[in-house]
Amino acid sequence: MQKVFDNTQIGPMVWKMRVEVPRMVARAKAGQFVILRVNENGERVPMSIAGLDKENGLLTIIYQVVGKTSALMTTVPDGGEISDCVGPLGLPSHVDNWGTAVLVGGGIGIAPIYPIAQAYKEAGNKLHTIIGARSKDLLFYEDEHKAVADELHICTDDGSVGHHGFVSDILKQLLDSGEKIGMIMAIGPVIMMKVVANLTRSYEVPTWVSLNPLMIDGTGMCGGCRVSIGDETKFACVDGPDFDGHKVDFDLLTSRLGAYKEQERVAMKRFLENPGCKLAKAVETFKYPNEVK
Amino acid sequence: MTEQMPKKERMKIPRQTMPEQEPDVRNHNFKEVPLGLTEEQAVLEANRCIECKKAPCIPGCPVEVDIPGFIRLVMDRDYAAAARKIKETNSLPAVCGRVCPQEEQCEIVCTLHKKFKPVAIGYLERFVSDWERENNLVVLPEIAPPTGRKVACVGSGPAGLTVAGDLVKLGHAVTIFEALHKPGGVLVYGIPEFRLPKHIVQAECDFLAEMGVEFQNSTVVGKMDTIDELFEMGYDAVFIGTGAGLPNFMGIPGENLIGIYSANEYLTRSNLMRAYDFPNNDTPIIIGKNVAVLGGGNTAMDAVRTSLRLGADNAYIVYRRSEAEMPARAEEIHHAMDEGVQFHMLTTPIEFIGDDDNKVKAMECLRMDLGEPDASGRRRPVPIEGSNFIMEVDLVVVAIGNSSNPLIPQTTPGLDTNKWGNITVNDDTMLTSRKGVYAGGDIVTGGATVILAAGAGKKAARAIHKYLMEEVEK
Ligand SMILES: Cc1cc2nc3c(=O)[nH]c(=O)nc-3n(C[C@H](O)[C@H](O)[C@H](O)COP(=O)(O)OP(=O)(O)OC[C@H]3O[C@@H](n4cnc5c(N)ncnc54)[C@H](O)[C@@H]3O)c2cc1C
Ligand SMILES: Cc1cc2nc3c(=O)[nH]c(=O)nc-3n(C[C@H](O)[C@H](O)[C@H](O)COP(=O)(O)OP(=O)(O)OC[C@H]3O[C@@H](n4cnc5c(N)ncnc54)[C@H](O)[C@@H]3O)c2cc1C
Ligand code: FES
Repeated sequence: MQKVFDNTQIGPMVWKMRVEVPRMVARAKAGQFVILRVNENGERVPMSIAGLDKENGLLTIIYQVVGKTSALMTTVPDGGEISDCVGPLGLPSHVDNWGTAVLVGGGIGIAPIYPIAQAYKEAGNKLHTIIGARSKDLLFYEDEHKAVADELHICTDDGSVGHHGFVSDILKQLLDSGEKIGMIMAIGPVIMMKVVANLTRSYEVPTWVSLNPLMIDGTGMCGGCRVSIGDETKFACVDGPDFDGHKVDFDLLTSRLGAYKEQERVAMKRFLENPGCKLAKAVETFKYPNEVK
Repeated sequence: MTEQMPKKERMKIPRQTMPEQEPDVRNHNFKEVPLGLTEEQAVLEANRCIECKKAPCIPGCPVEVDIPGFIRLVMDRDYAAAARKIKETNSLPAVCGRVCPQEEQCEIVCTLHKKFKPVAIGYLERFVSDWERENNLVVLPEIAPPTGRKVACVGSGPAGLTVAGDLVKLGHAVTIFEALHKPGGVLVYGIPEFRLPKHIVQAECDFLAEMGVEFQNSTVVGKMDTIDELFEMGYDAVFIGTGAGLPNFMGIPGENLIGIYSANEYLTRSNLMRAYDFPNNDTPIIIGKNVAVLGGGNTAMDAVRTSLRLGADNAYIVYRRSEAEMPARAEEIHHAMDEGVQFHMLTTPIEFIGDDDNKVKAMECLRMDLGEPDASGRRRPVPIEGSNFIMEVDLVVVAIGNSSNPLIPQTTPGLDTNKWGNITVNDDTMLTSRKGVYAGGDIVTGGATVILAAGAGKKAARAIHKYLMEEVEK
């Protein structure tokens, strides 16, 4: 049982939760993730580390409501408990001083790039951070990122704030500006990571992405999380989650993420039909990026 | 009274058959298949033991249970004492009574076997341990006064549970670190409910907890604390019982299509996560109509029988050798056959074919012939050229074994492994190349059996106790 604090909504379908796991927080590193279960009948869901408060032993995760389990997570009260939270899992992100580095965070990916940004900065990089979402109200962590990045670039698909367009537009401008970029790391919807990787390939700048396949154990035991990297099959939970974006088979990842669409719909429907479900209306009217749904 | 029957009479008692759920009923539910002997059956069966002097069954058992001793107690109708007798050397009788391959261990060497059917030792083992548990006759053993020494067990499969039980009795403080959210290892995530009800494994773990073993679930050693850090935290010895971890795949085209699972994933979803009860439990599982399970071991049998229970119309075992070479227990093969599993022997897939949604819809296979014996002593399967054919399937479960998980060796400097990544140990003490670090079970042997893992745990516990008392100052 792990205690949960500050489980609060920070965007139309985005919540933030802090979990008390002091021993894990003491050793977790940027780029790693945890797997949690809300209750005894619950699914094991992977969540990236979005912040580590070592003093208070609290782990921050930021999650988007996309189905039954993420919806269930919103119901955990302040000071309440979840059944379990295991981690830190996966390999930490590779951190080095490359001179100038660019971090790209799209949608919910804005969260996990924050601890990576801190680590990149600490290693002495000049840091450009690009964050993007569909519209202004879906953005979060602007202040956090501003405090760390040398330059923060904001974009929205609808132009409600910052650049009107995609994160890849800004990235292309940076690549064309003549500034020597040593490393690019992108986290976000699969389609965004794919576009970024395709763009940077011709510039020959190393580009890492963090993959989010479906997982169960997170220890290499099941192989459910397998991804195709170059001509090799890797288990994202132990060999990743970060991989060389130029080698990833993104289409395979997208299709595997859809493996349980039908069951996910059934589970979500049942959940929303609970009398007193506060999310039903919100979920009905919320328009998800085409990735989810 | 049966007890007084003369030997000659006793030898005429037929081997008792265990009542089972009917095949066409059980292949639609997850309840246990064999129902256990009745008390009268058990006493009759015990009377079949002629109490021969040689007792070849004892050395036939990997942990040398005093089999005639416990059977005598069944004849005397003191079942709890019989269970305690088994527990002197085997800490998990309710589990072993169900999953041990007795037919190739204690029963095959039974003196009766020459002329009659062997004594049903496994059935009796199950009977007495169920009796003890169900009638609340399990008594806490005497726990020695605290020694002040601390032991960490990594992994809670049969190996780790055995080490923990033996050492806690001797007065040591024992903590089990388990990566998953529930203890039991393969006993909870791999072996299905219909063969080993989970409440039995839970009862074993609860019993250890009552004796004072501390369980830290959801803790991955090597990610959380390393072995060296466990020593820094004050543990005086460490036992590694992390099992055979990573699932092997075939390495053929199309293997990452949707609808192709490793047996570990398929069984974990169904057993540990209870996906068979979706949506009452949240974890989903793909329901196949035409299911092919690749492999011929216990794991393959468990997977294929699970697929039937989940609603498959056709459940196939696809195995590259012939039935004689199948490593699964004979009993499990027969259970599968009775339930309607179709066996495709001497067949191997060479490619998986997907539909437009990237879901598996068929596999291309080759027929095989048996050639010369290979390193395992079994005849090597050789493909018959031009024998390609297509098999329509919408779910494939790959059950061709596991390799060892490299996490602990990678994070433990000086811990030696062999070329397969298994941890190397001294056979008598289970001591690894690191002082105070012991290992046993599948992580040492590669995929083996519950009783071998438990036996390795016994050996390790003895050596750890000696080490703690003789070499660790307190
Ligand atoms: C390493 C890793 C880190 C992750 N970090 C975060 C995070 O920080 N915040 C966050 O909100 N989510 C994160 N995810 C995704 C998160 O685990 C899923 O959104 C969650 O499991 C969905 O569960 P559900 O029951 O709510 O939805 P489901 O009903 O299971 O799924 C609903 C929809 O979400 C999609 N979906 C399900 N799982 C994933 C997934 N793993 N990735 C992308 N889409 C998915 C499905 O395709 C489906 O369309 C991460 C995943 C991985 C593997
Ligand atoms: C489907 C299936 C059916 C089987 N059927 C039979 C049968 O009928 N009869 C029989 O005798 N044998 C059977 N076996 C084999 C038997 O289950 C194994 O040989 C036995 O369980 C091995 O025990 P173990 O203690 O070595 O490891 P395991 O039971 O594998 O347990 C290892 C545990 O360690 C945990 N772990 C791993 N790494 C870490 C880490 N870094 N930190 C913390 N914890 C960790 C794992 O999560 C796991 O819980 C079967 C196996 C399978 C898979
Ligand atoms: S999640 Fe099971 S191996 Fe990666």
